[in-house]
Amino acid sequence: MSKVVLKTENLGISFGGLKAVQNLDLEIHEGQLYGLVGPNGAGKTTVFNMITGVYKPTAGKFFLDGENLTGKTQEAINHKGIARTFQNIRLFNNMTVIRNVLVGLHNQPEFKCSMISSVFRLPRHFKVEKAMRERAKEILRIVGLEEERNNLSCNLPYGKQRKLEIARALATNPRLLCLDEPAAGMNPHETAELMDIIRHISSEYKITILLIEHDMKFVSGLCDEITVLNFGTVLAQGTPDIALNDPEVIKAYIGG
Amino acid sequence: MEHYINYIAVGAFTLYLIYTSFNGGFDRSASSLYTDIGVAIILAVSLSMVVGFLGELSLGHAGFMCVGAYVGGKLAVLFTDAFTNLDTYIIFAITLAIGGLTAMLCGFVIGLPALRLRGDYLAIVTLAFGEIVRNVFRNAGGYFGNDGKLSTPRLDNQILPLITFGLVLVTLFVTQNIIRSKHGRAITAIRDSEIAAKATGINVTKYKLIVFAIAALFAGFAGVLSSYKVNKIQPDTFDYNYSIEILVMVVLGGMGSVNGSIIAATVITFLNKFLTTDLVTILNENFNSSNGVIAYIKDSLPVIKNIIYALILIVIVIYNNAPAFKGFREKYNIKNLFAAIFRRKQDPAKHQDDEAKWNRVPTKIEIDEVLSVDIQPGSPYNPDKSEKEEK
Repeated sequence: MSKVVLKTENLGISFGGLKAVQNLDLEIHEGQLYGLVGPNGAGKTTVFNMITGVYKPTAGKFFLDGENLTGKTQEAINHKGIARTFQNIRLFNNMTVIRNVLVGLHNQPEFKCSMISSVFRLPRHFKVEKAMRERAKEILRIVGLEEERNNLSCNLPYGKQRKLEIARALATNPRLLCLDEPAAGMNPHETAELMDIIRHISSEYKITILLIEHDMKFVSGLCDEITVLNFGTVLAQGTPDIALNDPEVIKAYIGG
Repeated sequence: MEHYINYIAVGAFTLYLIYTSFNGGFDRSASSLYTDIGVAIILAVSLSMVVGFLGELSLGHAGFMCVGAYVGGKLAVLFTDAFTNLDTYIIFAITLAIGGLTAMLCGFVIGLPALRLRGDYLAIVTLAFGEIVRNVFRNAGGYFGNDGKLSTPRLDNQILPLITFGLVLVTLFVTQNIIRSKHGRAITAIRDSEIAAKATGINVTKYKLIVFAIAALFAGFAGVLSSYKVNKIQPDTFDYNYSIEILVMVVLGGMGSVNGSIIAATVITFLNKFLTTDLVTILNENFNSSNGVIAYIKDSLPVIKNIIYALILIVIVIYNNAPAFKGFREKYNIKNLFAAIFRRKQDPAKHQDDEAKWNRVPTKIEIDEVLSVDIQPGSPYNPDKSEKEEK
């Protein structure tokens, strides 16, 4: 088996008396497309918030490439290589599309440029700016937004805003890319396109992807392995066929 | 483009000042007015970095200026006494640096809570800072003069406006170059969405501190300049109303617009002079000063000034945000008017690529952010969905 990228051990969080997620054990291998599904309120986004540092887990640990990242800040976790998108889109609305991606490139070591060289417009500044723009264009090409790079991001249609979020997350050069409902609000055509993009990112750039999705066709068509959550606990784990046909899972979704 | 216009306009005015200064010179009131304009521009541009680009509301900008004025002023007094043969301008340069750096340190310290506080709460902290600083200097056991009224050395009023505008150029250079770089992008990213900025790996702490410190540095410079302009610095100059006045300049100029701030600073300074000096002269010349009503109006002019600022602030906020004015706004947009005048071939794909054009500042408080990030689609509380349906 290939290397483990993300590993969670007994991960859990409770808000007061409410145990939002408990005893979560995940093991995501390099290059895998991993799905996290479950009914509304199952705690999927809470898992994302924990592994990206928005919430501090109250129990358990998680590791990226064997390094314990529990309790680190969001920025630090991002630097280590976990990038995410948001369920309710959070773009930098007053910036152009390319600027959004440029912000994502901000911390890349090859684009380091001190504030002094920016203020005094030293050659380094121009060199870095130019290289950043080139890279940003490349990244936009992956998600098919290169033509729209100079539009304001808030003027983009919904589906393209989601793609731009993916591009911005990609710009941080992640090991693990967490997509929170990437296909929400997309029409079937856009969804198919998005599936291609995600497959492309996964195969071409060897980025491990963890995604939350409600669209079962999307999940079963894309993911190698899934985990089904309900009320913060794991219902089933395994390949989509097995996990989604689990009687417990069907019961949680349909009831009865 | 916008930043070049600033350099050209301010640079041209500086040249004009240099020319007048060495060809006959300006009278006292003109010198005072030009210095005031320069100081106001420095304050407005530096505050616009905090309010317009970082998106945090600061109500204590006059406090940083106060620190600069008192530290710079006191040092000037000490140096002038200690080194009688030292040139005034060397003393000025030293006090400018130390006054500015002290203010910068204060900005850094005030920036520290800024990491934990957001929106209104930060505004309250800065407001308190402004008031505290002023009263510390007032009550410093007479070290800063009786009741904080500190007599300071003055600079030649033919030279002070030139130095002031030199510093305006420095301010513009630093702030605009920061804004128009990757660091400026990170700062505006924090304004647009702090959560997304953090998730993208932007060091929010670092940038907030830097912006606060730089804004305070330039406010400190402005304070030192103002201490060299007057005979006596008084703590009441730097009160809450003055902070608001600077904020009005930033808001009037359009948040996130440096050239707007410059224009607004100039306009407000003129308005100030008109209301406090010119109007009094006019009233004195045309009316009998024993007339009770006129005397009353004269006395209340400083208060009327504040009412006017309050009205400007209210009108601008309503005009910029009320849906009823939407059509009007689009029709009489200055940018559109300019576009109509210089009707160039406009390539819609080419605009706004490398320019800092962010005119609308979103509020920092988002309900769904406060409650939870975990809102499911299909639930009636999903903000995304309701927004989409409206469209």
